[in-house]
Amino acid sequence: MAPVLPVASVAPAPLEGQKRSSRSVYLLLIPGLAWLAVFFVIPLLTLFMTSLQKESATKPGTYVFGIQVSNYVDALSEYWPQFVRSFVYAGLATLIALVIAYPLAYFIAFKAGSWRSLMLVLVVAPSFASFLLRTYAWKTILADEGPVTSTLNALHLLPDGRVLNTGIAVVAGLTYTFLPFMILPLYASLDRMDYRLIEAGGDLYASPVKVFSRVTWPLSMPGVVAGTLLTFIPAAGDFINAELLGSAKDRMIGNVIQTNFIEFRDYPTASALSFVLMAAILILVFGYIRRSGTEDLV
Amino acid sequence: MSQGGGPAKSDRRIEDLRLVSLTKQFGDHRAVDDLTITIPAGSFFALLGPSGCGKTTTLRMVAGLEEPTRGQVFIGEQDITRLRAFQRPVNTVFQSYALFPHLDVFENIAFGLRRRRVGNIDASVTQMLELVELGTLARRKPAQLSGGQQQRVAVARALINEPEVLLLDEPLGALDLKLRRQMQIELKRIQSEVGTTFVHVTHDQEEAMTMADTVAVMNAGRIEQLGHPADVYETPRTVFVANFLGQSNLIVGTRSSSGEMLEVLAHGVPFRMPESRNVAPGGGVVVGVRPEKMTVLDLADEQRIPTGHNSLRGTVTDVSYTGVSTQYLVETAWGQEVIAFEQNSIVGDRCAVGDPVVLHWAPEHTFGLDPAEGLSAGIDPSVLELESEVDA
Amino acid sequence: MRWIRKNLVGAIAVLVLIYLFIPIAVVIAFSFNQPDSKFNLSWNEFSLDAWSQLCGVPGVCSSFLTSVQIGLITTLIATVLGTMIAFALVRYRFRGRTSTNLLIFMPMATPEVVMGSSLLALFLNLRFPLGTVTVMIAHVMFIISFVVVAVKARLQGMDPRLEEAARDLYAGPAATFRHVTFPLVLPGIVGAALLGFSLSFDDFIISFFNAGTLVTFPIYIWGAAQRGIPPQVNALASLVFIAALAIVLGAQLVSWRRRRALASR
Repeated sequence: MAPVLPVASVAPAPLEGQKRSSRSVYLLLIPGLAWLAVFFVIPLLTLFMTSLQKESATKPGTYVFGIQVSNYVDALSEYWPQFVRSFVYAGLATLIALVIAYPLAYFIAFKAGSWRSLMLVLVVAPSFASFLLRTYAWKTILADEGPVTSTLNALHLLPDGRVLNTGIAVVAGLTYTFLPFMILPLYASLDRMDYRLIEAGGDLYASPVKVFSRVTWPLSMPGVVAGTLLTFIPAAGDFINAELLGSAKDRMIGNVIQTNFIEFRDYPTASALSFVLMAAILILVFGYIRRSGTEDLV
Repeated sequence: MSQGGGPAKSDRRIEDLRLVSLTKQFGDHRAVDDLTITIPAGSFFALLGPSGCGKTTTLRMVAGLEEPTRGQVFIGEQDITRLRAFQRPVNTVFQSYALFPHLDVFENIAFGLRRRRVGNIDASVTQMLELVELGTLARRKPAQLSGGQQQRVAVARALINEPEVLLLDEPLGALDLKLRRQMQIELKRIQSEVGTTFVHVTHDQEEAMTMADTVAVMNAGRIEQLGHPADVYETPRTVFVANFLGQSNLIVGTRSSSGEMLEVLAHGVPFRMPESRNVAPGGGVVVGVRPEKMTVLDLADEQRIPTGHNSLRGTVTDVSYTGVSTQYLVETAWGQEVIAFEQNSIVGDRCAVGDPVVLHWAPEHTFGLDPAEGLSAGIDPSVLELESEVDA
Repeated sequence: MRWIRKNLVGAIAVLVLIYLFIPIAVVIAFSFNQPDSKFNLSWNEFSLDAWSQLCGVPGVCSSFLTSVQIGLITTLIATVLGTMIAFALVRYRFRGRTSTNLLIFMPMATPEVVMGSSLLALFLNLRFPLGTVTVMIAHVMFIISFVVVAVKARLQGMDPRLEEAARDLYAGPAATFRHVTFPLVLPGIVGAALLGFSLSFDDFIISFFNAGTLVTFPIYIWGAAQRGIPPQVNALASLVFIAALAIVLGAQLVSWRRRRALASR
């Protein structure tokens, strides 16, 4: 004889670890999830469909439903250099970001004390200013006559004599844009770590390098992986940095997709490229999930 | 729709709290097993037991925060089993206090009154603040209070609603020793002033015995023994209670004669106790005696033992001086180690390690238990690992 | 030399922070520039023109306003939807948790090019007109996930005993929510809303694909990047930056002061 419980749209919280089971949970979930299903999942399907379309026989320049798999072959054979370049640039940017971000994240997590919140605000603050403008600002900073380029030239570090309009600028721009995305997950992971483990490591291993490689680095892995994903994925698809800071030789797959969609209106090619990019990234993400499950994702 | 719950306040006569066959099952684990007890109105009742014994679960079922798998909860004649927590005339003082961090002390205490739309809130809260001596802190937030102050707010917040039953879930656990003693006296005072039934859950046996009128010792979802603290302590009915409450020496033996005085033979040594203090059903009897009931004599002085006393010979293996008393570990002829406490009221030499001694005590201080339970029930498992197993 | 070794990590940390702010400094500085050509790329001379005539250049203020309006509406919708999902995830048990978590996570892991272009493909195929509505739909879509993450974190940090205490003290489900749950989760919701607004306001790629002829502030900047970005843009962006920084620092100050008050009991 179970009592009839009053069903409210938000029921009181049950004991930790025990979650409530009720019909009203679907009321909460459906609106948001439906929005995502309709405007995220279905568009991806539409993208797939569009990628298979063929040119209309009656109206050339427009596309109709079809199953032209050769779209993929054509698109890839024409644009595979941009794909490779995208992954190389994004990979470099991610690596550099990791190297730069780790000390900062480490400092904030363990050495900052009461300055911690302020420093986190400072890490996030630049994102409050338009990122287009910030990227544009690099054009000024890295200008040919500017101090940065002149110094690097004096040290004979630049093969082309310039930074702007080369791959270097693009990678630098990518690194800068997505740096906060690397810093925050790293910080979160380091913050969760018990500092006494590092102290114990200092007790066992003589050199700080060993302590880092044997204790700190392995324990911060979840943060490293999360930061890497959150940096690499958007970087691989970016086209702003390449457009503003690079030359025609530095075009990334994002640029190609954009011009194909907006200028050429070659929807099948653009969709095919988009889809391949998406697929490559999905493989990365699923690899991560197989190792760590989905509960920590959100 | 009425948001407030709360009992009808037409009669203020406090009623008994009755649990009838109360059971709670979590998957395979039976946390509370067919519990049936009556807690007399207006008493201070302690539910005592090790962690995991089901005492907190029982409390939560009375509060309405946990639904029983079977059984019922009655206040007087009213069956409150099906009532939601906010509909019951029962309030809880939580272990972690659970004070609302976004409300100040005043609003925390007033919370229940506001939900029930009771009038005259200001006056009632001010009065309650005085009762728990927190008058000056009314506008502080919980985070600005010390542990003891938070605890008093938690008590005030519950009591102000004049519940039939006040439930306390190990409320003194987070306090340091001195403060805990102080709060124990405070709570006892408040309870006798207000007259509400208090049900106090704790794993601290000293706390239970000093504060409660009635103690129930709980183990694995069941009540092992229930009664006045002195009765439960002096006359344990199970090995668990004998070991959990204070300490006991337990010696396995066989009944050798009956009558008003029962005689048990253990390893050839006879022990006598009133038959009324024995619960062993059959021939096997576990002879029990608490260490503080024993007197330690040099073996040479054996003839000074009063007639009728039980006696036990052995050799001292350890002497620990603790200021108030001296604790002796004595090894018997058959290798069992027995503990004896002596108050340090005798001027003169204590016994030393290696001395042959004889321990003696009155038969009225002996009790008999059922050997079926084994001898280690009620002993902290980590202690068991360190001690050597006693031959059962 | 030893000082450097001891403080190496700290020194690098400070350098990285400075590095993060260099472009900001440039953006703000160049709002005070009077460019000698259309391209505000090199310093010419100091001028307050941009600030005194914020809306002097056509299109700047109207696009700014558009972005603000879209941001407000989008944030409202996304915050409500996202908060509901967060509650469902934290407080309830239901089948399909894994799929839900995945569905929430994917937009955060998908390149904006893919999201923008796929939505465009959908709208094109449906022959749905591009403009304000499509931009708002797109924004809500990718902001929901961030709201879920933010609110979920706050909810999980909440002591469940507090709601039990409320029920113990005669609060029914609605009263418990109103007096205990909601006030405690509100800071998380507000934070999520602020985050959502900044994501919407600053979004370029997804908006660009789906805006049609509509011009949001970032879209204006992009177009201007080819033609020359007027310093008014820098001024407006600096304003937004300072305002946002002020809000966040203000919040920090409040909680810092609260902590000081606790320390001196």
